[in-house]
Amino acid sequence: MIRFDAVYKRYATGCEALAGVSFHVQRGEFVFLTGPSGAGKSSVLKLIALIERPSRGQVFIGSQNTAGIKARAIPQFRRQVGVVFQDHKLLHDRPVADNVALPLIIAGVPRREIDKRMRAALDQVGLLGKEKSRPLELSTGEQQRVGIARAIVAKPPLLIADEPTGNLDPELALEIVRLFKRLNDVGVTVLIATHDVHLIDHFKSRRIVLGGGHVAAESAP
Amino acid sequence: MALNVQAYFMRHAQTLVGSLGRLAREPFASFMTMAVIAIALALPLSLDLILQNALGATSAWHDAFELSVYLERSASSARAEAIAKELQQRNDVAAVRLVTAAQALAEFREYSGFGEALDALTENPLPNTLVVTPSIGASTPERMGALKTAIGAIANVSSVQLDTEWVKRLVALLDLLRSVVRLAGGLLCIGVLLIVGNTIRLEILNRRAEIEVMKLVGATNRFARRPFLWTGTWYGLGGGLLAVGLVELGAATLAGPVARLASLYGSAFRLAGLDWQTAGGAVLAAALLGWLGSWVAATRHIRAINPS
Repeated sequence: MIRFDAVYKRYATGCEALAGVSFHVQRGEFVFLTGPSGAGKSSVLKLIALIERPSRGQVFIGSQNTAGIKARAIPQFRRQVGVVFQDHKLLHDRPVADNVALPLIIAGVPRREIDKRMRAALDQVGLLGKEKSRPLELSTGEQQRVGIARAIVAKPPLLIADEPTGNLDPELALEIVRLFKRLNDVGVTVLIATHDVHLIDHFKSRRIVLGGGHVAAESAP
Repeated sequence: MALNVQAYFMRHAQTLVGSLGRLAREPFASFMTMAVIAIALALPLSLDLILQNALGATSAWHDAFELSVYLERSASSARAEAIAKELQQRNDVAAVRLVTAAQALAEFREYSGFGEALDALTENPLPNTLVVTPSIGASTPERMGALKTAIGAIANVSSVQLDTEWVKRLVALLDLLRSVVRLAGGLLCIGVLLIVGNTIRLEILNRRAEIEVMKLVGATNRFARRPFLWTGTWYGLGGGLLAVGLVELGAATLAGPVARLASLYGSAFRLAGLDWQTAGGAVLAAALLGWLGSWVAATRHIRAINPS
């Protein structure tokens, strides 16, 4: 599902975030991407979501080499990847329902269908009934779950999350990761970037540890 | 496919209403933008209104061309009447009025203020004059020229004066005014494009975060651009309606004074407001300008926003 082949990423500032990263995530896997701050976790996720392009090396998503995806095709590509952000990136002037439905509206899904699937996604994250609330009326944990609902509403085969538990207390963090686990159970490939080692220890999942721009260690589930 | 088309129109309808709602949430700022557009458009519109009224007024004068036929001073009043009768027979002449030398002197004495100087004259220096109005069919410059030559050939006619120079000058002046209206209209339309473009640019910068989020979940540039196109169109439409309102208000305010002035000149001229074709065209053009201005700005600036 995700394959990095000797990927280098050097930013315009001169900072080299990735220096020859190679790994492979199979379809249906649940993987933690971990390592200290600045190890390149965010860079890996940005390369997957085509927010950035590799300086060298190749990134394959599905069976597609991302180098072959032109700027015009990026929107279509992004609809196949659900992304969860640490800062949620919700639209604060829209109700929860609109936030969750956004990917469907963008994809041109018929209105009746949108309503149904938006409710189903909210149900999956346990927020059914909060459709009319504004994001800022919700707790941080709830906002994060709205972000997850938005990421899964279009049923993408791949879900990536950047520090999804970063601002949450341990109890809530566990709950969020369990939510990702349940999504994985129904076939979604999940890649979670986090530096929270204690959290990872609760789950018997594969880990890819980044350090200094390389894959420092890998552990099987 | 039918479903896709339906969904497409549905989304357009949603962004249409959504953009209207956004404008309504900031009524003052929206009104200011529309007012600026309205003032920019009201200027060429009112110039055009003045031009149309002037054209209407002068077309009435076109029918009022007259030839002044001066007879030799030796020609008697009886001879003058005979020539008048002769001219009356022509089918390119509508009317002939005889102004005898005595009448002309009396008029001159009354209006010129030279009364006492005229008393010093031993005889009337003015000739008998015929004022000839050509028939409507003969009011073209060519036929009037021919008429002038024909009258000039009659015995005892000293000279024939065709006073069309000032009309030609007026027509040239109106042509100039028409060019000015077009030029001002063109410039101010560019002004409207820039106003709308700049307003939309600022709105896009304000909603940068929102556009980034949309792009992150797969929005195309076209999708992100759509609400701004509607906003621009609303600005143009509102500005156009306001401009027509302003011009009509101005015309209504000036109608009274213009009518008074016209009646002092013995004219039945009345200031006409905008006809509905011009008004409708202006509103439509304004909406189009709003759309175009926002299209240029939104296409440029939305493409430049990328999630990071």
